[in-house]
Parts: sequence; structure tokens; C-alpha cells
Amino acid sequence: MSDAVAGPDQFTGATPDNALRNAERADGPMLAADGRPLKASLARSLRRSKLRALLLIAPLLLFILLTFIAPIADMLFRSVENQIVSETLPRTVIALDKWDGETVPGEPVFLALVGDLNIAVERKAHTRLGSRLNYETTGISSLFRKTGRGVDEIGETAMEQVIGVNALWEEPATWVALMADPDWIEAQAEWAAEETERAEPRFRLNGAVEEALPLSADLYRAFARTIQVEDEDSPTEEEPWPVIYRALVQDLAALGPLPEELAASGVPIASLEEAAGGFLMEDVSAAFLDIDEDWADPEVWGTIEAFSDPYTAGYFLGAIDRQLTPQGIERQPENQRVYGTLFLRTLWMSLLITGSCILLGYPIAWLLANLPVRTANLLMILVLLPFWTSLLVRTSAWKVLLQQQGVINDILVWSGILNDANRLVMINNATGTVIAMTHILLPFMILPLYSVMKTIDPSYLRAAKSLGATNGTAFWRVYFPLSVPGIGAGSILVFILAIGYYITPELVGGTKGVFISNRIAYHISTSLNWGLAAALGSILLALVLLLYWLYDRIVGIDNVKLGG
Amino acid sequence: MADGTAHAGTDAFVEFERVQKSYDGETLVVKDLNLAMPKGEFLTMLGPSGSGKTTCLMMLAGFETATHGEIRLDGAPINNIPPHKRGIGMVFQNYALFPHMSVAENLAFPLEVRQLGKSDREAKIKRALDMVQMGDFGGRRPAQLSGGQQQRVALARALVFEPELVLMDEPLGALDKQLRESLQFEITNLAHELGITTVYVTHDQTEALTMSDRVAVFDDGRIQQLAPPDELYESPQNSFVAQFIGENNTLEGVVQELKDGIAIVRLDDGGLIDAVPVNVAEVGERTLVSIRPERVEHKRERLSPDAHTLKAEVLEFIYMGDQFRTRLRVAGRDDFIVKSRNAQGQDRLRPGETVEIGWLPEDARALDA
Repeated sequence: MSDAVAGPDQFTGATPDNALRNAERADGPMLAADGRPLKASLARSLRRSKLRALLLIAPLLLFILLTFIAPIADMLFRSVENQIVSETLPRTVIALDKWDGETVPGEPVFLALVGDLNIAVERKAHTRLGSRLNYETTGISSLFRKTGRGVDEIGETAMEQVIGVNALWEEPATWVALMADPDWIEAQAEWAAEETERAEPRFRLNGAVEEALPLSADLYRAFARTIQVEDEDSPTEEEPWPVIYRALVQDLAALGPLPEELAASGVPIASLEEAAGGFLMEDVSAAFLDIDEDWADPEVWGTIEAFSDPYTAGYFLGAIDRQLTPQGIERQPENQRVYGTLFLRTLWMSLLITGSCILLGYPIAWLLANLPVRTANLLMILVLLPFWTSLLVRTSAWKVLLQQQGVINDILVWSGILNDANRLVMINNATGTVIAMTHILLPFMILPLYSVMKTIDPSYLRAAKSLGATNGTAFWRVYFPLSVPGIGAGSILVFILAIGYYITPELVGGTKGVFISNRIAYHISTSLNWGLAAALGSILLALVLLLYWLYDRIVGIDNVKLGG
Repeated sequence: MADGTAHAGTDAFVEFERVQKSYDGETLVVKDLNLAMPKGEFLTMLGPSGSGKTTCLMMLAGFETATHGEIRLDGAPINNIPPHKRGIGMVFQNYALFPHMSVAENLAFPLEVRQLGKSDREAKIKRALDMVQMGDFGGRRPAQLSGGQQQRVALARALVFEPELVLMDEPLGALDKQLRESLQFEITNLAHELGITTVYVTHDQTEALTMSDRVAVFDDGRIQQLAPPDELYESPQNSFVAQFIGENNTLEGVVQELKDGIAIVRLDDGGLIDAVPVNVAEVGERTLVSIRPERVEHKRERLSPDAHTLKAEVLEFIYMGDQFRTRLRVAGRDDFIVKSRNAQGQDRLRPGETVEIGWLPEDARALDA
């Protein structure tokens, strides 16, 4: 800069004046006094206060994340999650790909199943899988239990024949020498010599064997790893499962000339291959049918195939009275459809309860809002009194009042209004649920109504009357529209509380007055079908959100006021 | 006229006769109210809060019932007629426009409950809105209007069904001064143009004086004075009215002499002053003499030669632009105010100076003590 500085206008760089001038001249962003963009400056100055605000809400945020968002996310996930089939029966699931879906599957499928089940039995996973599939087709649970007890014997014929050829096949070491990766054998030997606390090196398969003897190698690897993990034992000391012998025989039968690596492994495999041609091949499917003839039922296989995907719509279909069958989605048989009825009943009864809360609560709220403060406070205590009494006590009190030998019936009979033979049935049905829940949820309607009515200036009613409106017209055209936000807030509160209510329907609902939440609780704690419970819960959540959205469209959520 | 029954008779449009009101059965909020208004009058009920003026209005509107006495509208007793059948327009302090209706719907409300046809309604609404210069605002919600606009709409709503009597309960109380003044003007003009009888309640005396044909000053459940504004200001009938309306200096003393319609009052410190006897009947009675600050003279040559004067010490001089306000110590009281116009040659008194003050006898009124 060689020019002399002649005046303030000649200063270049960041001065407040220049910043302003730049801002005026350029279309670019507004600049702060130091020449930075104003937006950035503002953000920087607000950062501290934002950070402080974040810190203040952090405990609650964490709490909500952990106790609200996370469980809901978990629930949503559980309602579609179905990895148990593909994890427990991976080979079977692959083998079933080629199944026609109608006849009994062929030998390869059964061979895969026996392998999978051996592993599952060792991990004790087959009973869990059994109960999971039992939700879909009854009887599978006991089928899996029964099969689990006999599956370790399948393949014994093959085993005896193999050992008959050479007794070395009984030795675990022979198998290790054949199957294991030479590096692993070395590492295992080192480990054994060390006598450390360290776990044995994870079993690795010889690549050449895997190629030549795919079935038995795959099973042996699964066997070796299961032994290592479940029993904390070494494959070098355990005799393989009979099914591995059976698989080896099958592999050898399918194998052409023996590959060099195998021949050179020092295991008497060549003689075995020669002999294998004359073996009596045991029929695996027959062995399964021996254990339980249900294995011949295509429905069992259909269920396994239908639920072989890691994610399933099965729970949701179940929740709307549909089922996933090999033929596609079908309605449940009529006598098993419960959830549609339950959802409709829950909705209908929640609406009924909300309606009766409005009818009973509106006059009380009006009285509260218009009485002198002292009287209103006393009444308010009476309204709040139920909140101070245990829900169970209140519900039980309704049982005392409403039952057939209860107070109300007794009085009606005593006063001659009712014949002793015609006592009213008011509990353990829908009536009982509606009465008890209306009572319990009434304060949730009165309080928002009251706080809205409190803000309605009495001069509106006076104005309406002075303009010529009768009391009725003044109420319906002026007071009521102004109290609608309170009705809205109260209704949303009561309806959403009612639709998910559990205890009261459980206690006074009998069979005709229970809600969907009672069914959810049943699946969570009794049938342990958490997936279905999660699906039902998700549908309930979606329903509430849908109704909320509808409410917003029709009434407008801005029209909801909880106070002032 | 002090009891307000002057207009009682067959020509009265609104009449209160011996009306009493008690809320708790122990104290009377309104005591023996008698009032008669001819058709077309603009009457203001003025008074401090708790004086019973709003209660009177509410009884007239029908929102409160009189404990005793009779209220008549156009000759017929209305005590037992419900508010919606009285056909009285009312404007509330907080406007009371229905917030869930547009301006036009608010105006349509009284017409709809009277079951007027649609075209009739629209014509009347348009006329009423034009009347208050709100013709373009029919579609707005009250919340979208300013306070002044809301009050105009409230006025239009009270007038749209063409009532003969309109009640206004402190309608301008929530507005700022400038708006209040322009609306005062508009309201009185409208009332006179349409020939409506208006009862207006306020605690603002300026409002009462500028707007009304007659003002009823309320205190302690009674009408203290019912008179046109000038009479009220210049000839208050008792010391409450004198002190409540406008600014006022009071001097306390005993009547020493009564002659030729002039009372000579000896003040408590011995000074003598002249006054018009209003509420005093005999010599020796205690009295409060009230003098308006702008009627006090401190130039001897402007007073009659035999007028009584008082010595006064200047305590404070306040320059207020169009006028001067001087605070004096007179007869032992140091709240005596003198107002003088800022005119050519007007003296500016200095604090500490001692002057002689006096007034024309007719400007001082000897009232009840």
C-alpha cells in the first residue's frame, strides 16, 4: 500500500464502517464489525448459552433416552426381529431353498437339519427355537424337544461301519489330523504344552478338506467350535458326533479320486473310501420320522421356511388375525381371531369413557370455574381426592359396589325396583370397565377443562345476553366454543390414557371388558411371546399417533389448551 | 337537584326509584337511588371505585337484581325482565368481543338471535361498521385488531341492533390517552346523531365532563350531585363533589357573618375570607371553603377594595408551558395551589416570596365540613 492515507474512507480492512459499507454494497452475507459474517458471529456468541441450556436438560434427556426412546425402539425392533431360525438352523434354511413346499423335503434337508440340531442341542438352543415356532404352529415345541433327545443317535450306523473299517476312526486325534489346519495343530500343541489359563486357539479347518469333504468338514468345524465354546473342551479329546461319520461317508461316496493332500495326511482315509462304497447308507429322514412322524408334515417345514428370514412380518400379521403360511398370508381360522375384536373394543370403549368423562366433567369444571374461590378450592380438593387414593383401592371399591351381591344391587332389590332374581350384572364385563375407568380418568378431563374455563371472561356471556341471546344460545354460541380447547385437551389425555389402560380392565373387565393392553401383558408375562406383544404394542402406538394426527387435522392441535 | 329527582315524571325514559342493592345482606352498595333520564340524554355515572356506579349499570342491564325499589324503562318496570329481553346495548370495559368469531360474525350475533334475514343482516352490519370507520375489517378476528379498533367494533356491535338505550362500562379505560380522547369525541357524536339514550360509567372526571349532558357523581352508594358538567364544576353542592371534580383548594373555618348572600368565614388561624354560602345555614357553623386554583388572584388591584385577603408564602413554582402552577402556604396549610395562565405580563412568583391572595366572593364556596 503505497498510497498515503488521506481520510477514514481510505482505511481498508476490518473497521466497523467498512463492514457496514461492505454489507450495503455487496449482496453477500451481512458482516459483523470485525468483518466476519454476522451469522457466524451471532452463532458464536450464542454457543455458550446454548451449551448451558443443553447441560441443564442433559439429565432429563438421558433419562428419557434410556427409559423411553430406547424401550420403544427395542419394542419396534422386537416386533419384526426373527433371527432365531436362521441362526439356529442355518444349514437347514439354505437346504430348504430348493424345497417345493408341498412334499416332505429330501434327504439333504434332513442331513442339514441333523447337523444343525446337534449343534443346537449342544447349545440348548433347540427348545427356544421350538417355543418360538410353536407360536406359529402348535406342536413344534414338543417336536423339537423330542427330536433333541434322539438326534445325537442319528448316524450311529455309519459310525459303527467306519470304526469297523479302522478302529483309528474312534480316536479324536485321527479326526483332528484329517480336518484341522496344520497351523492350528501346531498352535494347539503349543497351547497344550503351556498350561495357561488362556482359551484354546479357535479351531480352523484345513482348506483342502473343506473342498473335498464339504459336508463333514462343515459339521466337524461346527462340532469343534461348539465343543470349544460350550464345553470349554478340546476337539482333540472329544469323539465327533455320529452325524459327522454319516456325513463323511456321504462325502466319500460323492468324492472322485482322493486328492493328494488327503492321501498324504497320514489318516487311513484311502481304505475308508474304498470301503465306503459297500456301506449300508442310513436313511436320515427315516431316522427323524422314527423319532416323531410330525417331521413328515409339510406344515412343520413350511413354518420353518416361512420364518427363516431374519426379519418377519409374522408378528404383525398375527396381531391383525392373519398368519404367514407357506401359501402366503391367510386369515386366522375364525375361532382364533381375537385381536381385531380387541382393538375395536379398546377403541370403542375408550371413546365411550372419553364421552362419559366429558358429560360428567363439563358441569363440574363449569361450577369450579364460576364458584367463589373458597368454595371452588374445596370442590377442587374433592376432585383431586381420587389422585390420593390407590388405584387398586378405588377399583376394588367398585367391585364392592357393582357386584351382583354388592351395595347397588342390594339397594335396588331392597327398594323393590329390582327382583332378586334379576340382579344387574355390572361388573366383570364392559359396563364395569366403563364405570370404573370413567371414575378414575375423570380428573384428567376436569382439570384441563377447568383451567380453560377459568380463562373465559364472564363478560362474554353477559355480552351475549345483552345482545339478546337467551341463556341457552349464549352458552352454545359463545361459552361452549370457547371451552372446546379444554374439551380437546381433556379428551386427548383421557383417550390416550384409556386406550393403554391395563389394571382396571384386568380387575373389573372379566372377559368381555378387557383391553388390548391386557393381551399385551399376557404375552409379555405368561405366553412369553414378546414379538407378538411388541407388534400389538406397535400397532397401538401407531393407532394413537394416527388418531392424534386426525385430531390435528379436524380440530387443530393449536386448539388444545391445558391452561391460561 | 341534589337528590337527582328533578326529571322524575312521565317523560322520563330511564327511571330509578328508591333503588337499593345489597350483596351480603349487611351493607348497602346502592342506597336509595333516584334517577330519571329523558330520552336522548347522555348521562355519565362518575365516582370512585366502590361507589356503586357499576352496580347501578348492572341493575339497569339486568345482570344484577335490585334488592329494593323499581327500575323503569320507557315507563315499564323491568325488574323481572331477563337481560336478553331488555334490548339494551352494552359496551364492556374489556370489549367482550367473542374471540372465536370474526368482526362481522360478532356484529351478526345480535341480529341472528333476533332472526333477521341474511340481506337485512348484511346491510345493518355494513352500516354499523361504516359508522365506526371499521368497514374494511369485517373479516378480521378481534385478536387481529388494536385496542381502539376492538372498542370501535364493540361499539358497533352494541349499536347494530338499534337499541334505544346503550350502557357503557368504562369503555375507554384500557386505551391510551390520545386514542381515548378521539374516541370520546366519536362516541358522543354518534350518540347524539343516532339519538340514543346513553348511560356511561367512568371514574375519569375529564371524560365525564367532556362527554356528558349530565353527570351523576356517585359516592357511598348515593348520587352526590346530578348536574350538567359546567354546573358540577363551578357550583359543587358539597365538599365531596368539589374535591372529586377538578382541582380544588380547601380552607377550613367557622362562619362568622352571613349577609347579602356572602358568608364571611374565620379560618382556624384567624384570617378572614369571603365565600358564597352553599351548605351553611347559620353563623357559628363549621365549613369547608373550596376555591378553584385558577380563580385565586394575587394582584391586589384586580380585587375589590374591600375584599378580604390572606397572606401567603410561595413554596414552589412549577413552569408547565401553557400555565404556571404555584404552591403556597396559606392559613397553616402548604398544599394551596394557584394556577395562572402563561400570558404577557404574568408574574412569576419566586419561592420564599410573600404575597397577598384573594378572590371574588362568588368563586369561593362555603360547603359542609
